[in-house]
Amino acid sequence: MSKGRYGIHGGQYISETLMNELLRLEEAYEQYRKDPGFTAELNRLLNEYAGRPSLLYYAEKMTKDLGGARIYLKREDLNHTGSHKINNVLGQALLAKKMGKTRLIAETGAGQHGVATATAAALLGMECEIFMGKEDTDRQALNVYRMELLGAKVHPVLSGTQTLKDAVNETMREWSNRVDDTHYCLGSVMGPHPFPMIVRDFQSVIGSEAKAQILEAEGKLPAAVVACVGGGSNAMGAFYHFIPDEGVELIGCEAAGKGVDTAFTAATIATGTLGVFHGMKSYFCQDQNGQIAPVYSISAGLDYPGIGPEHANLHDTGRAQYVPVTDDEAVEAFEYLARTEGIICAIESAHAVAHVIKTAKNYSPDQSIIICVSGRGDKDVAAIARYRGVDIHD
Amino acid sequence: MTDRAIIQKKGVENTVDRMFSASGHKAFIGFLTAGDPGADSTVEFILEMERAGADLVEIGIPFSDPTAEGTVIQDANIRALQGGMTTDGVFDIVRRVRERSEIPLAFMTYLNPIFHYGYERFFSKCEELGVGAVIIPDLPYEEREEVQVPAAARNVHVISMIAPTSQERIQSIAKEAHGFIYVVSSMGVTGVRNEINTDLEAIVRSIRQVTGTPCAIGFGISTPEQAKRMAAISDGAIVGSAIVKIIAASGAQAGQQIYEYVRSMKNAVESLSYGKTKKTVFCQGSL
Repeated sequence: MSKGRYGIHGGQYISETLMNELLRLEEAYEQYRKDPGFTAELNRLLNEYAGRPSLLYYAEKMTKDLGGARIYLKREDLNHTGSHKINNVLGQALLAKKMGKTRLIAETGAGQHGVATATAAALLGMECEIFMGKEDTDRQALNVYRMELLGAKVHPVLSGTQTLKDAVNETMREWSNRVDDTHYCLGSVMGPHPFPMIVRDFQSVIGSEAKAQILEAEGKLPAAVVACVGGGSNAMGAFYHFIPDEGVELIGCEAAGKGVDTAFTAATIATGTLGVFHGMKSYFCQDQNGQIAPVYSISAGLDYPGIGPEHANLHDTGRAQYVPVTDDEAVEAFEYLARTEGIICAIESAHAVAHVIKTAKNYSPDQSIIICVSGRGDKDVAAIARYRGVDIHD
Repeated sequence: MTDRAIIQKKGVENTVDRMFSASGHKAFIGFLTAGDPGADSTVEFILEMERAGADLVEIGIPFSDPTAEGTVIQDANIRALQGGMTTDGVFDIVRRVRERSEIPLAFMTYLNPIFHYGYERFFSKCEELGVGAVIIPDLPYEEREEVQVPAAARNVHVISMIAPTSQERIQSIAKEAHGFIYVVSSMGVTGVRNEINTDLEAIVRSIRQVTGTPCAIGFGISTPEQAKRMAAISDGAIVGSAIVKIIAASGAQAGQQIYEYVRSMKNAVESLSYGKTKKTVFCQGSL
């Protein structure tokens, strides 16, 4: 069996055209991750440019209102570009530059990863092209313009369901067309090895900071770490350093859309089966013939029919639990966090908030829960207004 | 060489091996997507390709997300799936072809439909229906074993692909190849190209240093001149998108045009087939 396995999941199911490039990427990563010059440069960018470390904020009003665990918010929404995506992008862009690449390409769903990639490309003086499903360019028009302001070219993807999975397809096609000068800055803990490992490592700064911060604040580990999961990069980053701490529950919140018993869902663990797609063996939403299912979520960033292979393995081993959260619950949580704590979070992150709203009371006041607030919600305001039937001109 | 041992043991000839058994023969390999525009048409088109002289037909099992394909074959996949084509439906097409023809056949699809069908079940049906090979673009050398073992047990070749970027991987891949080697002519996805700039002669030379397994060149081949050039440096040419384009334009009425097109391509390739000592197959257009 090949490298990059998480239990039975992972691997490198990718065209021969890309294999040498993946091998070179892995080799470069293994070299630079141990290079003190590289890590110093990355840390400087993370701290001085992206604004790390991000805050771990004690949500006192929410804690009192829900009655139960003390709730902490890991504020990835406060990072430069407004989400956790910048952690991974700065790492990969810097690595790509060391490899001699001059051009970054990336997929994006909600636009957060695209904006982060365009930002890193601008900062490091690289060309940038972003592939985004046509449906997503419509529902996230502001982010499209933001990427263009940053100097990126945005390609609306018209194939398939015109959402995140199709954006990944198209970015892979473009990469196989031009690998010499181009790095595919993959945005989640998915795809062929070494991407799930590289993205997880660059995102694991979330959990390593959170662990030190909660120990400082509470003097002990949290009862649970809760994060939303599409491909699963913020969740993997938040979970990773807590995996050895078996007393800490790890809870991933999937987008159930209109419900896991409907066709309008993107909850992979709840409704998916084992398969091979986008370079990895993992769980996917698919039909009885292995055709990838069209998925649905109000959240463009979670609207993906698969889940990263390390999550699939954490599910298999029982180390993490994955729970479905519907659109309705996420929208209510989005509004709740805004009213209660004055924080407008991304609709993706609101899925994690929703789960804690439901379950905080099951914990005692001497326990704590960390919610990863993966991004800010400015991009979602128009969509939420539409969802509520409010007519605004943005 | 596990599968060769099995072939000998069973004494059954793989249809794909038969294609290359004549020394110096240059093969023309045509591709279409099963169920585009319907099952009846696919059966008819395969028989037309055979009548026109195709040495092997690659039958695409449609997949929702064909990441190695350009827009022509992507669209064919969508048409086939919207028409209700399934993996069992594809086997049914092969069954109907087999009632009238012994042409060598191969499947071309992505790993997920095969994985989902179950390797054992899939390859035993291939064996039963005389499908001698599978081409799986998202199954590189490193991941081959999980498919190779059940396929070899049923005398089905898992075709190895070599790309312009393969470099030092060429000989490792070639040494373990069975059936034929699919040499990808160009970077990127399948589709008609005006020019093919890869140094394919160097790739084929490198392959031939380590194996006698024939090679066919595919990706981007659409004209008789291209097919002839590719076949001159290998054992054959593979053509996909150009055929699928005819089907896209003429639908169920495409039979005669497919016949004429394949005839012209076969003639171009065949003009080279006179007792060359080495065998190489170029595959055109399926990827």
